[in-house]
Amino acid sequence: MSENHTPRPVITSGEIAVKNVNKSYGAAHLAREVVRDCSFTIERGKLTVMIGPSGCGKSTLIRLLAGFEKPDTGTITLDGNPIKGPGKDRLVVFQETALFPWMTTWDNILYGPRARGEVNKQTMDFAEFLLNKVGLRDFRNKYPPQLSGGMQRRAELARAMINNPQIMILDEPFRGLDAMTKELMWEYYSGLYEESRRTNFFVTTDIDEAVFLADRLLIMSNIPTQVRAVLEVDVPRPRRLADMVTSDRANAVKMEALAILHEEAMKSFSRGSKAAADFIEAYSRRSAKG
Amino acid sequence: MASRKNKGSALLKGALSILVFLLLWELGSRSKQWIMLDLFSPLRDLLGAMGFKKTYLPWIGAIPAPSAVLWAWKDVVFEPGYWTSWYLSAFRVFAGFTAAMLIGIPFGLALAVSRTAHGIGFPVFELLRPIPPLAWVPASIIFWPTQEMSIAFVTFLGAFYTIVINVVGGAKSIDVRYFQAAQSMGSSKADIFRRIILPGTLPSIVVGSAVGMGITWEVVVAAEMISGGGSQADGSGGGLGFFIWNSYVGGSYEQVVVGMISIGIAGYISSELLRHLGKYVTPWTRLR
Repeated sequence: MSENHTPRPVITSGEIAVKNVNKSYGAAHLAREVVRDCSFTIERGKLTVMIGPSGCGKSTLIRLLAGFEKPDTGTITLDGNPIKGPGKDRLVVFQETALFPWMTTWDNILYGPRARGEVNKQTMDFAEFLLNKVGLRDFRNKYPPQLSGGMQRRAELARAMINNPQIMILDEPFRGLDAMTKELMWEYYSGLYEESRRTNFFVTTDIDEAVFLADRLLIMSNIPTQVRAVLEVDVPRPRRLADMVTSDRANAVKMEALAILHEEAMKSFSRGSKAAADFIEAYSRRSAKG
Repeated sequence: MASRKNKGSALLKGALSILVFLLLWELGSRSKQWIMLDLFSPLRDLLGAMGFKKTYLPWIGAIPAPSAVLWAWKDVVFEPGYWTSWYLSAFRVFAGFTAAMLIGIPFGLALAVSRTAHGIGFPVFELLRPIPPLAWVPASIIFWPTQEMSIAFVTFLGAFYTIVINVVGGAKSIDVRYFQAAQSMGSSKADIFRRIILPGTLPSIVVGSAVGMGITWEVVVAAEMISGGGSQADGSGGGLGFFIWNSYVGGSYEQVVVGMISIGIAGYISSELLRHLGKYVTPWTRLR
């Protein structure tokens, strides 16, 4: 394979441990508790997917993991070292696109190495390799507004991966894409993961996305958020979409996850959450059919 | 191409709009006996009682017709004095505008980036901003040693506030995720300023300077009129504002209109140049 000639940096995957983390916003009696006594591990070299109802505090957890914000109490450690702030060891791919609109695809991808003064032959070759890998060779000199939604997400994946982070954090990166593009993105993304086996942490609200991608599936409770259940998705890789649809194991995991999410939705519905009503209705219709 | 066709039709519409405007103007100025129908005589009498001259169309009055203006223009075009007026006004606009850019952009960026700068600079800025540039004319004539400098100062003020406000607003509206992304990838503060804040603010700088340019032309003409602009011994004075004023005092109303249209053309050319320059420095904004 010609790809083997490309000098790719050695991947050192990290492991993140979240222990008893609490986080509230607002002061005193107006405080809103978003994360309560939350603990979980993002295991080394695995693709961990976090799924939970929208507005449950997943994005808050991401900001804490990335180091943009600090927990009120509790610890977050990367390989045993506390996280002190943002760093290139943990890169975030955001909801919708956060590509810099004033830079071409190529300049966006090279942002990190240039920021750290690490532009050399090896990085350039790696950038070239990534550009081809995400299928954007012909779009090297285009600006983000000239790319389609799917291309933008792929460019963003490349921009994160060139920094060779110990862990990639993805916050609903494929949200807002149409169903076909989304499936295409899943295959691109899981291909990239399978090749590198880097620690990945992927947040979503889409159950099909979650089951297709995950090695481990963290199911979150409603706000204030906690891990409600952990499911191991022991379906062999590489995974193809067609195989996943017919895989009994994948479907079993999906049903189990939906049941837990349903239970969570019922709880929050009884507490007066209108948002949960849609999910409950959808779930009951689905059960009636199946 | 569809876009080229649109461009052609837009040009046609523009030409038609100007043509209709000129035609109505010509008709209005020539019809000394307005509203001849007896049906409208009560209205005419009413307007007459309100002090409108009965011999002209009330909404155009005694303005010279475009043909007469064109005739006057033909004479003026070969006079070096007319072109000197262009040059003088354009030079003042350029000086004031350039100064406003050179001071306004760094000042605006400082206000947006630094809390301290904002705390110190913003109250004074907001206190001075509501004062119209023209209210500064007497003060600046007193402050500045030469008339030239006082006019340039007033034009500077015209563009300065708009540019600063746009720069501050533009820099503050940059998506926070850009900063977060840059930070995670190991950008230093200087690097974030150079590669995120500067290009992120550039579109607002372009908008601010286009608006500022328009105000500069408004202000320079008025400043020239008010400061009495007559050609001074040291060669200052003059300009299109003075050209209009001089024509008015001399009773050449055609030339007044010539001066007015000249300003319109000058302003249009400057804005168009600026727009092209703006598109050139922010290529990503025209792709949506």
